[in-house]
Amino acid sequence: MAALADPNVDRPTDDIVDVLVIGAGASGAVVASSLAETRMKILCLEQGDWVKSSEFPTNGRDWEARRYADFDISPNRRARDTDYPINDDNSIMKIANFNGVGGGTILFTAHYPRMHPSDFRVRTLDGIADDWPIDYWALEPYFAENDRITGVAGLAGDPAYPPHEPTMPPVPLGKSGTRYAQAMNQLGWHWWPSDIALATTDYNGRAKCINLGHCTPGCAQGAKASVDITYWPQALRARVELRTRCRVREITTNQHGMASGVIYYDPKGVERFQPAEIVILAANGIGTPRLLLNSASPRFPDGLANSSGLVGKNLMLHPWPQILGYVEDELDGDRGPQTVMWSKEFYETDTARDFVRGYTLQFARGTGPVNEAITSMAAGRLPWGKDHHRIYRTLLYHRLMIGVACEDLPEEHNRVTLDPVLKDSHGIAAPRIDYTVSENTHRMMEHGIARASEILATAGAKNIGCSRTLLNSPGHLLGTARMGLDPTRSVVNEWGRCHDVKNLFIVDGSIFVTSGGVNPTSTIQALALYIADSIKKRLATLFD
Amino acid sequence: MSASEILTAGLTSTEFRDLRRLAGIMVPVSAEYGVPGADDETIFADIARSLGRDTSAVRMALAMLREIAGGDFCSLDVENAETAAMTLLSRNGPVVTALGRAVLQCYYRDDRVMRGLGLEAVAPFPKGRPLEQGDWSLLDAVRGRPRMWRDDRGTGE
Repeated sequence: MAALADPNVDRPTDDIVDVLVIGAGASGAVVASSLAETRMKILCLEQGDWVKSSEFPTNGRDWEARRYADFDISPNRRARDTDYPINDDNSIMKIANFNGVGGGTILFTAHYPRMHPSDFRVRTLDGIADDWPIDYWALEPYFAENDRITGVAGLAGDPAYPPHEPTMPPVPLGKSGTRYAQAMNQLGWHWWPSDIALATTDYNGRAKCINLGHCTPGCAQGAKASVDITYWPQALRARVELRTRCRVREITTNQHGMASGVIYYDPKGVERFQPAEIVILAANGIGTPRLLLNSASPRFPDGLANSSGLVGKNLMLHPWPQILGYVEDELDGDRGPQTVMWSKEFYETDTARDFVRGYTLQFARGTGPVNEAITSMAAGRLPWGKDHHRIYRTLLYHRLMIGVACEDLPEEHNRVTLDPVLKDSHGIAAPRIDYTVSENTHRMMEHGIARASEILATAGAKNIGCSRTLLNSPGHLLGTARMGLDPTRSVVNEWGRCHDVKNLFIVDGSIFVTSGGVNPTSTIQALALYIADSIKKRLATLFD
Repeated sequence: MSASEILTAGLTSTEFRDLRRLAGIMVPVSAEYGVPGADDETIFADIARSLGRDTSAVRMALAMLREIAGGDFCSLDVENAETAAMTLLSRNGPVVTALGRAVLQCYYRDDRVMRGLGLEAVAPFPKGRPLEQGDWSLLDAVRGRPRMWRDDRGTGE
């Protein structure tokens, strides 16, 4: 296959590679690492930097303040020079991500549930949305392999979860988990220690968790399984090349309609052409459609791989109300991993409810002094002036907080497009998000809020309040280049290859058909392993 | 100083003066709890140098405060200054939220405030924190329950 750049533009051209991966986050690391055994020449271009563990906030006294600055989950507020802006003004939920080696896993909470078997068959089981073209059981060995490489703390035997064997003991229940568990037992509702991608024992060279308590903005201990310290070391040892601060502008195609490589900006801002035999997109559910739409050409006028018109559509963000209350006893606060346990009591569809599908209840330990003050001030719980100190002392380390991880169903009007005005620092059109919460999800949210409030009341909490969506940004970016068998109704096939461009693959959350009611990283990574394996099995006929 | 110079240089001296008085009303000194106010010299210096991404919003909040005060906030007597401050702080929105964040993120990392809360004034890493296991016997009530997840391989239930 010839790899041709636009001959009319004078730009440096790099040596051709066999496989070019765009993005070094959760899925890019996995696919690069897995494909390394083929001995193909593999290159990954990442627009961000490596983040050293010594740079994470918990190293310093300003650890909480940095959550609102250079480690903010919003790229618009964080605004590092490696970030790109996102116009989310027309979205009730704000977008969270991280650009760097490790991607979103740098700033994830490491809650690590798998999607359930029923999540892949929502049309068949519940008559809504679409079934996936693959099922849970096709992914099961890849979930297990991913758990081994990642290192997952948890406990086997959960009656509400498909059988699996976590690789390490669960995180401690602590005072907070014990309080929740007592309430759940009193109500007769299911709970179980969460699967968390975090080392509770020394694991594959990673030190065990020492309860720094601020897992989300990076783990200074290295106990949290971000892919910069799990998959990337093994990929680099296997000779995968990773170039940082390289931002891809567009994917190019040749006269045969195949991907020929990418045009990118190197760390000095020089526009270059990187030819490749295979291009794999791993840029998340917003970055990937943005890049495909920015790769429009006379042959692909609506964007690359977009004959279905579905690139950027069906965005799912997981509405995630948080319900909190305060008890008289002092609890764990920010001392320990943020997440303790989950409940799947309301996960599967129940026809007696006024919505289909369901949600996970995610039980959090608490928060630190600054975050308690800021969030309580914003919610009106914490006054200014003479009563400030007295009230504050009833809040700090007395908080219980439950998140409701609602399944978000695909709707085409929820979408990523290119903003006509906003551009990144290289002049590349930025993404624009249009997103609303569906009526089904609204009903689900209210059901979850009511149940969580009931749990908190049973646990003895007072001052129970709720944040519905505006302050919540789980950073789950899904569905914008969906997987399917029908090229008119999907962007990639059942093993991640674009229907329209046979040497272009997508391995990130874009390919989700539905979202489940769980954090998606475990499923994203299992899918990436599965797609890598599919490529390896088909190398001789990959482009047929 | 031009508007663009003010924007790049941070707050003016008048704005800093207003912010300091406002901070002292927001989080006052407390003899009862043995903690300084947010207008304490050390804490306010931290607030002033840490405004960062909130500088513009804080400036807008201070402009709103002057409007509420009907002029110079710092010239008001104690009672009127508190009334003006509380009027501002009772307004919801991103500007007041940013103002609160700018003050609180520095106040609740001061050594004296930390000690006043009974907390150790150190970064979490490398020492870490203790965490008890909790009561795992509570899980006995859940173990052995019938399967709750739907197995799609058979009947679909």
